[in-house]
Amino acid sequence: MELKKEKLLGFYETMMTIRAFESKAVELFADNQLPGFVHLYLGEEAVATGVCASLTNKDYITSTHRGHGHLIAKGGKVDLMMAELFGKATGYCKGKGGSMHIADVELGILGANGIVGAGQPISVGAAFACKYKKTDSVAVCFFGDAASNRGTFHEALNMATIWNLPVVFICENNLYGISNCQRDHMKVTDVADRASAYGIPGVVVDGNDVIAVYEAAAEAIERARRGDGPSLVECKTWRWRGHFEGDPGAYKDPEEQAAWLKKDPIPRFEQKLVELKYATKSELEEIKAKVEKQIDAAILFSQNSPYPNPEDALTDVYAE
Amino acid sequence: MMKEMTYAEAIRDGMRLEMKRDPNVYIWGEDVGKFGGCFGVTAGLVDEFPGQVIDTPISETAIVGAAVGAAAAGLRPIAEIMFVDFMGVCLDELFNQAAKMHYMFGGKAKIPMVLRTPCGGGMGAAAQHSQSMEAWFTHIPGVKTVMPSTPADAKGLMAAAVRDNNPVMYIEHKQLLGIKGDVPEGEFIIPLGKADIKKEGSDVTIVAWSWMVHKALAAAEALAQEGINAEVLDPRTLVPLDTESILKSVGKTGKLVIVHEAVKIGGYGGEIAAMVAEEGLDLLDAPIKRVAMPYTPIPFSPALESCVIPSEEKIIAAVKSLF
Repeated sequence: MELKKEKLLGFYETMMTIRAFESKAVELFADNQLPGFVHLYLGEEAVATGVCASLTNKDYITSTHRGHGHLIAKGGKVDLMMAELFGKATGYCKGKGGSMHIADVELGILGANGIVGAGQPISVGAAFACKYKKTDSVAVCFFGDAASNRGTFHEALNMATIWNLPVVFICENNLYGISNCQRDHMKVTDVADRASAYGIPGVVVDGNDVIAVYEAAAEAIERARRGDGPSLVECKTWRWRGHFEGDPGAYKDPEEQAAWLKKDPIPRFEQKLVELKYATKSELEEIKAKVEKQIDAAILFSQNSPYPNPEDALTDVYAE
Repeated sequence: MMKEMTYAEAIRDGMRLEMKRDPNVYIWGEDVGKFGGCFGVTAGLVDEFPGQVIDTPISETAIVGAAVGAAAAGLRPIAEIMFVDFMGVCLDELFNQAAKMHYMFGGKAKIPMVLRTPCGGGMGAAAQHSQSMEAWFTHIPGVKTVMPSTPADAKGLMAAAVRDNNPVMYIEHKQLLGIKGDVPEGEFIIPLGKADIKKEGSDVTIVAWSWMVHKALAAAEALAQEGINAEVLDPRTLVPLDTESILKSVGKTGKLVIVHEAVKIGGYGGEIAAMVAEEGLDLLDAPIKRVAMPYTPIPFSPALESCVIPSEEKIIAAVKSLF
C-alpha cells in the first residue's frame, strides 16, 4: 500500500499525542493530581492510530478501560479528556465519568468502558444501526485478549456475523489480563483463531508496527463498509505499565518486558520515516514539540478549571 | 373511540403505532418474528413491519447490549427478554451500560430503549420462570420501571416508554395477557409517573401494581360487603413514582396496605412504606401493612405456588387487621 507523506506524518502525530498524554498522566497520577484509577495505553499507540486512520466521524468505536489512545486517535479533544481525568467541570463528562467513561458521541466515540468485554455487544448494536439506516458507516470494537474470554465476545461475534454487520473487532493482545498471562487462560496462541468459529476472517498483525496495523485494519474496515461483514484483527502488542497506575507489574518477566520495550512502536516508525525519506529528524522533532505543547496546554486548562458544583452530582441521571 | 382489546393486543397496538410513526423504532428478541413471541405479544408484526421485527439468537447479553449500542447510535429499540427471570443473564448491559451512559458521559449520550419482559407466577412455571424482579430495576438510577395492569394502561404506557429518552423496563404480567378492556384507538399516551385510582374509597388505601391490582380490586369488592370502603391505587410506574397521589390517598384514608407479588424482603413495597413513613407519618392512624411473597423461591406444584402468591384472602385479612 502506497502511503502519502501527509498521512504518515499524521500517524506519527497521533502516536506522539497519545505518548505525550499518557506520559504526563503517569507524572500527574504520581503527583496525586488525578483521582481514581488510570489505565494507560503506553506502548500500544500504534494500534489505535493504525485502526482509526481509516475511520471518519460517522463511524463508531467502542473502547475499553484503557481507552485514552482510542479516544485521541478517533479525534477526541485532549484538553477535555485531561480535564475529565482531573474530575473538573470542563471535562468531557463534566467530571462525572473519569478516565474509564469518556465518550464523544458526535465523534462516534461510544465510550471507554469500565466493564471488560462490555463494548463488544454495544459495537454490534452500533453496526446494526449503521446498516439499518442504510449508511456506509461502520463500527470498530477495541478489546483486549482477556476480553475474548468473556461471554459477551461469543454473543457479539455470533450476532454480528449472522447479520453480516459492518463491524470490525480489534483485539489488542498485550498478553496480560491484569496479572495473568494469556497463555495461562487460553489454549490458543492467537485470539484471531477464534474468528474461524464465526466463519469470518481473523488475522494477526504486529501491533507495534503502525503501518501493518493500518493495512490490516483498512482492509477489514473496507470489507465491512462494502457490506461484506465483520472481521477480527488481532494486534500483538505490550502494555508497558501495570494494569493501572500504582500496579508495579511484578507478575511480568523482566526479560520479556525488556524485549518488548525494544519493540517500542514509536522509534521503529521514526526510523522508517527517516530512512524512507518521508521526514527529517527535525521535522519529527517539530511534531513532538507541537504535541507536547498541546498536552501542556491541556494540563494547564485542567488545573485552572473549576470542580463541578455539588448540585451537579444530581443532574443528568435521566435524559429529557 | 374505544375498542375492546386484550392486554397483549394493547401492548402490540402500542408498539405497532410507534413503529409506524417512527421507523427508527424496531423490535428484537428471541422468537419475536414468525413465532410471534413466547406469549404471542408480537404476533403478526413481522409481516406488517418486515425488517423492523427481528428474531435474535438466544443471546440475552447481546440482545440488550446491542440494543444499547443501537440506541446510542440513534435507533429506538424495543428489546424483548422472554421472561424477567432471564434478566440475570444480561444485567450488566442494563445496569452498568444502558442506565449509566447518559450520566457517566455528562449528559451527552441518550439511550432510548424499552426492555419488554413478562413477570409473575400463577402458571406452574416454577422458580426460574415466575419471578417478579421489579425491585432490582428500581434500585438502578437511570432506569425507569413500568408495570401496567390493564389493556389501556399497557398501550398508553408503551407509547410513553418508546418515546422516553431513557432505558425503560416495561414489565408485563403473564396472567394479564388475555384480560380484556376498553382501549382508546389511535395515538394514546399515558405519561410515566402518573398513578391511577382504580377504585375510589375512603377507609383504606391499597397500593398494588400489575396482577395484584386485580386481586386488590376483588378484595375491595369483598371488603365493601363488610362495610370497608377501600381505595385501590395503581402507581403504574414504580420509577418515576407518583408519591403525591399515594400521599394524597393516604391522607384521605389514614391507612395503607401495599400489595406486591415480589418477595417481601427488599421488595418495592418497603420503599413505598418508607416514603409514606418519612413524608406522611402523621397521615396514618394505623401501621402500614405489606402483603407480598414470603422469602422463598417460587415452587412448581400449583398446590404450593398458590400458597405463596398473595391472594385476595390475604389482602382482606391485612386490611381487616387495621380496623
